[in-house]
Amino acid sequence: MTSFRVNGRDHDLDLDPDMPLLWVLRDELRLTGTKFGCGIAQCGACTVMVDGMPRRSCVTPIGQIEGSEVTTIEGMDGSEVKAVQAAWTAIDVPQCGWCQSGQILSATALLQQVPSPSDDDIDNAMAGNICRCATYVRIRQAIHDAARTLEG
Amino acid sequence: MTFLKLAATVWLCGALPLWAQDSAVTISPPAAFDGIADDAERSAALFTEMGKVLTSPRCLNCHPVTGGPTQGDDMQPHNPPVVRGDADFGAPGMTCNTCHGPKNVELTTAQGSIPGHEPWSLAPVSMGWVGLSLGEICSQIKDPERNGGKTLEELYEHNAHDGLVGWGWDPGEGRTPAPGTQELFGQLTRAWIDTGAACPA
Ligand code: FES
Ligand code: FES
Repeated sequence: MTSFRVNGRDHDLDLDPDMPLLWVLRDELRLTGTKFGCGIAQCGACTVMVDGMPRRSCVTPIGQIEGSEVTTIEGMDGSEVKAVQAAWTAIDVPQCGWCQSGQILSATALLQQVPSPSDDDIDNAMAGNICRCATYVRIRQAIHDAARTLEG
Repeated sequence: MTFLKLAATVWLCGALPLWAQDSAVTISPPAAFDGIADDAERSAALFTEMGKVLTSPRCLNCHPVTGGPTQGDDMQPHNPPVVRGDADFGAPGMTCNTCHGPKNVELTTAQGSIPGHEPWSLAPVSMGWVGLSLGEICSQIKDPERNGGKTLEELYEHNAHDGLVGWGWDPGEGRTPAPGTQELFGQLTRAWIDTGAACPA
């Protein structure tokens, strides 16, 4: 039995402890906002928060997060993610949208740690989040916009 | 040149049969150096043997002299691109533990594994080894100014028992382990210190 919290709810799961968290979120808990892109920690689509830090759920066996607090895109809350969401919709960042929950999680984590990130900070934090629609320029702008909202 | 001479030349030049070429580099125990009478010479030879471990990709990948790690047996730049960061632990928003957990994780959808250990981080830049000669690595390793304030005894402990050092021999599927064993590496370190911790030229 593996126990952890997801978006504020306790779960005791009788599943293989080697099963990746992403499988559990999508197939067992039906939280499909978190996406599968590569399964090998190369694209960032599966990013969730584990104990407040971004984590690639495709390479996280649930046996490794016993007792942890997991937050998915569905459960994100707080001033940073609200600012990110507003900035994202203001300039229509997403194209197909597949990568975007991962982008938003990483952008939020960055703003939680660096309230006014430089272009370099953004590049470094977001380098593991690939967008096949190449929305990178809008992502960068939206992160700067969100940072300004948070300052004001 | 006769066939025999040719065969002898190939043999003497150390051309190995295929099965032997496939086998990994090994390291010798301290006793293999007992024949060197001079202490300093023996000590330097022991360090040179330790160097087979220190310069393996398992160690060098995370002892870079630049801004970020390399990966794989062929020491390619890390993918995705990552930076060292202030704490040798990546950038805010994408620290090492975004992908690297407390243990190696076999991939579910592909061959290979994501390496992991608790803790997991780069060696500080003062302990970068890539491109350095063994002699330079040796004097750096002994220098408390650069080695994180370690005495030789603490260095022995680190080499012989540290978990992240030990990961080098248990690196997960898709990576060649460091040569020998951590136990042997510890024994070589002990013998190197006991013979005066001399450095190769
Ligand atoms: S699906 Fe996890 S990083 Fe691509
Ligand atoms: S919006 Fe399509 S992959 Fe990023």
